[in-house]
Order: sequence, then C-alpha cells, then structure tokens
Amino acid sequence: MAVPSVAVEQRSSILSRLSESRNALGFGFMLPAAVLLLVFLTYPLGLGVWLGFTDARIGRPGIFIGIENYQYLWSDSVFWLSVFNTLLYTISASILKFMLGLWLALILNENLPFKSFFRAVVLLPWVVPTVLSAIAFWWIYDSQFSILSWALQQMGLIDHRINFLGDPTNARASVIAANVWRGIPFVAITLLAGLQTIPQSLYEAATLDGASRWQLFRHVTLPLLTPIIAITMTFSVLFTFTDFQLIYVLTRGGPVNATHLMATLSFQRGISGGQLGEGAAIAVAMIPFLLAAILFSYFGLQRRKWQQGGGD
Amino acid sequence: MKFTRRDVIRTTAGVAAGALGSRFVGSPALAQEGLKYKPEDGAKLRLLRWSPFVQGDEDQWLANTKRFTEATGVEVRVDKESWEDIRPKAAVAANVGSGPDLMFVWFDDPHQYPDKLHDVTELGEYLGSKYGGWYDGPKQYATREGKFLGLPLATIGNAIVYRESWVKEAGFAEFPKDTAGFLELCKALQAKGHPAGFTHGHGVGDGNNYAHWLLWSHGGQMVDESGKVAINSPETLKAIDYAQQLYKTFIPGTESWLDVNNNRAFLAGEVSVIANGISAYNTAKINKDKDPKLDEIAKDIRTTNLPIGPVGKSVELFQVTTAVIFDYTPYPNAAKAYLQFMFEDPQMSDWITSSAGYCCQTLKAFDNNPVWKADPNNAAYAKASATLRPNGYAGPLGYASAATMADYVLVDMFAKAVTGQATPQEAMEEAEKRANRYYRV
Repeated sequence: MAVPSVAVEQRSSILSRLSESRNALGFGFMLPAAVLLLVFLTYPLGLGVWLGFTDARIGRPGIFIGIENYQYLWSDSVFWLSVFNTLLYTISASILKFMLGLWLALILNENLPFKSFFRAVVLLPWVVPTVLSAIAFWWIYDSQFSILSWALQQMGLIDHRINFLGDPTNARASVIAANVWRGIPFVAITLLAGLQTIPQSLYEAATLDGASRWQLFRHVTLPLLTPIIAITMTFSVLFTFTDFQLIYVLTRGGPVNATHLMATLSFQRGISGGQLGEGAAIAVAMIPFLLAAILFSYFGLQRRKWQQGGGD
Repeated sequence: MKFTRRDVIRTTAGVAAGALGSRFVGSPALAQEGLKYKPEDGAKLRLLRWSPFVQGDEDQWLANTKRFTEATGVEVRVDKESWEDIRPKAAVAANVGSGPDLMFVWFDDPHQYPDKLHDVTELGEYLGSKYGGWYDGPKQYATREGKFLGLPLATIGNAIVYRESWVKEAGFAEFPKDTAGFLELCKALQAKGHPAGFTHGHGVGDGNNYAHWLLWSHGGQMVDESGKVAINSPETLKAIDYAQQLYKTFIPGTESWLDVNNNRAFLAGEVSVIANGISAYNTAKINKDKDPKLDEIAKDIRTTNLPIGPVGKSVELFQVTTAVIFDYTPYPNAAKAYLQFMFEDPQMSDWITSSAGYCCQTLKAFDNNPVWKADPNNAAYAKASATLRPNGYAGPLGYASAATMADYVLVDMFAKAVTGQATPQEAMEEAEKRANRYYRV
C-alpha cells in the first residue's frame, strides 16, 4: 500500500515544482499561442513559400522547380505592372490616409459639440464590410449610372460622363480614393487614442513658454504621437498592400490590368487559373515589400531619438 | 418515348412513376441496358451549384431533388454560390479533398483536376445512348481520354439582345446576319443616339464570349491542334481591326464592364444592342408588371445569334457547365443515382422548361423541349450546345486553356488595342507571349 502513496507524493511534488517554475509556467502559458501561430501562420506561410518553388497546379502537388516561377515572373509584363500598381496604390493611399486621418483626429480631439456622436460616425466606413462598400463604389463609379457624373452634369461642370473605371489613370485614382475613404477611420481613431494620451500639462507648459499652435503641434504633439503613428501606419500600409476585395469587386484588375494588385493577380493566376505555384510565387514576392514597410516603420519612426528631445 | 417494363423495374419506383408520366416525345429508343445505382446506406449528399439567373431553374432543380429524396430516401442539400465563385471553390475542394460531394463547374474545370473526379463514364454512356447522344462541345468539356469526368449539364447560350424599334429607326428592317452589316448597324445606331455596348472588361462570361466571337468569326485561334500558340496571325489582326471599328460605335466605358454592366445598361435603355444570355430578356419580362418602362422594353426586345464573320459559320464560346462528383465523396453510388435521376426524363425536361431558355440541353433527345417555341426570343438560344466551340480551340482542353482564359489574355488583347493602349500588332504579340507562358508545357 505504500507504493501508490509514494507515487502520488512524487506526482504532487512534480506538479508543485512545475507550478513554481517560472520557465515551465511561461512555456505552458505560451504553448497555446505558439500552437496557433505555428498552425495558422507559420505553416501556411511555409507552405506558400514552398509552393512558389514548385509547379503545383489545382489537383496536382507539383514538383520542385527551383526559381523557375520567379524567372517567368521576372519577364512577365503583367506581373511588373501589378508591382507598380501595388506600390502606387499603397504609397498614395497610405499618404492620403495618414494626412486626412491625422487631420480628422486633431479635429475630433478638440472640444466639439456632439463629440461622441461624430467619433462614432467617423468609424462607419471602417465598420461597413469591405465588399458592401466596394459595391457602393461600384455604382458610384459606374460608367453609365455614376451619381458623381450625374451630379456634375446637373451642375453643368461636365458635358459627358466620367469614365471612372475604363480609363487606366481614372481607374487607379478611383480605387485609391475608395481605399482612402475606407481606411481613414482606422487611422483617425487610432491617432485620436494616441492624442488623448498626451498630457495636457505639456501643452500648458509650452503655451506658457509662448509656443504657437504650429510649434505645439511640431514639438509636442508630433514627437509624442510618433510611436502611435508608426504602429498605425505599419498596419495601414500592410492592409493597403494586401488589399483584394475592393479591386476584385470594382474592376477584377481591369481595364487591361491597370488596377491589378499583386494580391489580385496572385488569386487570378493561382486559383482561377489553376497555377498554384505561380500564384504562390506572386504572393511570396509581396513579402520583401511588406518586410521593408515594417522595417522602415520600426527603424525609421519608432527609434528616433528626437522623440525624447534629442537629435537623430 | 416508350419506357419498357424492364426500365420501370430497374429504376426506382419514384423515378419510374415520373418517367411514365413523361411529356417527353420523339427520343430514340433505349439503346443500352438500363442502369441502376444503389445508394450507400445512410447516404447524404451535398451539391454546390451556381446561383440561378432564372429563378425557375433553381425551383425546378430543387423540386426534382425533392422527388429524388422521396424515391430513394437520400437527403440532398443544395447550396449555391455566385457563379464566378464556383471555380475557386471547386479548385479548393479538389485540392484539399473535402467539400461538397457534387458540384456544377464551369468550362475546363474538370480538365484541371481529372484525377480528383469520380469516373462517370458508365453513366455518361448510358445517358448518351438513351437520349440521342451528347452534343460534341459540352461533351468535350466533360470527357478526357474517352472517360467522362462529369456529365455535361447545360450550355448557357449567348445571343444578341436588341431593341427592335431602335434597329428599325436606324434604317434596318431586320438584324444583319454578317459582321460587315453588323458594323454598319452599330454605326447607324450610334448616330441615332442608341449605341451598342459589348464587354471589353474582365467579365468572365460576357468579356470572354465577345472576345472569342471576335477572334473566331475572323478565322483566328489561340492555338493550333497540337496546342502551339497561333494567335499571331493575319486573321487575328483582321479581328482586332474589326473590334476597333466596332468599339468606336459603343457607349463609352465598356472597357470597365464586368458581367452585370451590359444587362444594367440595356435594361435602363442606355444601349440598344448587347450580347447576353436569355436572363436580360427574362428580367424585363418578369418585372414588366412592376415597371411600365420594363414592360415597354420587354415588348421591344428581340434576340438573334451573333453575326457570322468571314469564316462563314456561327462560332461562339458560350458557358458550359458540367456536373461532377468529387472522388472523395463517401457516397459515389448515391451521387451517381442522383445525377442519373436528374438527367433522366421527365426531370431533365422539366428543368429545361423551367429554365426558360437559360439552360440549353446537352443531350440531343431534349431538342424538342417546348421552351424553345414558347417565346420567339428563346429560339436564339436553342442551338447553343450544337454550335459552341470549346475554349482553347483548336488545341486540347486542360491547364493551359483554363489558365489562358482565367488570365483574360484574349479579352486584354482586344481591350488594349481598341482603347489605343497598344497597336494591333503589339497587342497581338503580347497576347502571344502571355499565352506561350501557359502553353509552354
């Protein structure tokens, strides 16, 4: 009878040691998150990278072909057009979203009447599912039924309908505008949260020192907001760079691929066209750009010494 | 059609009861022994199909499915997806080996994952011999190396849909039958303020239908019989030249059109001529009581086949849908029994009738379906299965043909040239280069 009692004691002693071990507890608490990351992020990413080196097609695993997919993409004008479109789309939309979002955040940070109401309203474009807002823009940009064209015609400002999605330049501008409209709330509300963490005493001190409104913004608001800006814009750039739904609903990448982003081209080639390997290669080709955006945000914005009042 | 006692015994009681009451007439005699699949015990099926464009299609399919369940006890869940989402869903199901047991897929899909599909050769041959044979075009999409990868379900016809009063106003007593006359008509319509509009954007159906008609009607082809890219040809240049002239007569913006735009513009009275399935006409007809404008349009709509070009015969792509059974299904016999039931008369007859001209029969014995004479506008869609030319003509169907279409190579070639972004020669050479990437294997 003594043996089980010893075993129980040993088990309880192991459990007790584990429960007091910082390492064991830390490992235990991190395990679920690590499993989730491995299963849902690392594995798909690794699989995607692997597929990019194969000639896999729908229904066929494919064999390793080295960098052949990338060699084909290197000489593919549509791919390079999609890279150009993606960069133009991301850079233009991100700059506009930042400027307009920051502007909106500054306004909402003031003591306005119905402040809460306005803050809620600003979030609406972000709350509406992307596909729904894309369909709304589809009508707004329709070559025959656009309300913008109709309104401008009624005002006598134009004499023909605007070819929003048929002309390559107009189409690019239109999809960027739609993305900006949808993305502003995220930037604005996040920056607003950042603005509210800045102590009022700093503004009071600067005001006593005779700082102008611009100086308050330049030397108090902006440095203290920079970490939030870095995080917000990193996410915003990532969301914009990987955008898919807006383009898919509005243009399918047309006219003549003028609005194809890397994400939409990857889907078109990989899923609709069945060329999984090539589609994966296009998706993997997005990674360096995304990493560059993250590194720029991290090194360029987050670690600037001038946030603490020093030079760069 | 005469059903023998043996047929009645071989099919389930419910099937036979339906068959005996058939309205089906004029089909050839049963040329092959009957076929019966015994569903697995506890079988349940899930079918994923495209969302209907004509409500009668879905209603009748569900009614037939209910009859199947009543006859066999096999439950069938019918899900639907937007037709453009079917291809990716089918691709994913085939690749991961999980999803619906049966699916209605499009174009070359069965040729993209033939190893993932359940062989239905026995059923295909049985139905073919019983119902006068399959039409070649739909059959090519569903068969590979003599085996049926699925059953050719329907051809979604595409035809000219036009406003008769405006065509007459433009000085044409009847719609031109050839491409030269058609160009003259479009010029006249534009002059009268009622332009035509054909899709140059990434519309999977309308964009591809129009681009293939332009190319094929002028004798061009993407590849030759061996699968070698043959788009760089004088015939292609003629097709591009014709497309450029035609485009000048269109309403502005057709290079941005997706599949819905032409219907929308036509039903709003913005354009006089489009190419579309019967759904454009049906929408006006069904809603005419709710909207006097649509009533007026419905009365004025006429349909006809697309004009014949220098090749001298009607050549069109159309959309073909095939019913496939995935190999991973645990209930292949139930799935085959279901398809057999749905393809047999009177189920198939009823379905074609209820589809109101949207779904054209793939089995020749159903040619005499009353729907084709029920409305004069249906006639233009009656021969879709007989006149269609498969994608990737004149080469084999497979990965390359599917990928070339999915990448809008032909659609972009015409769009680039007509909008002046490239010369016809440049547009053609770029299409050749892009097609070569897919036909490299």
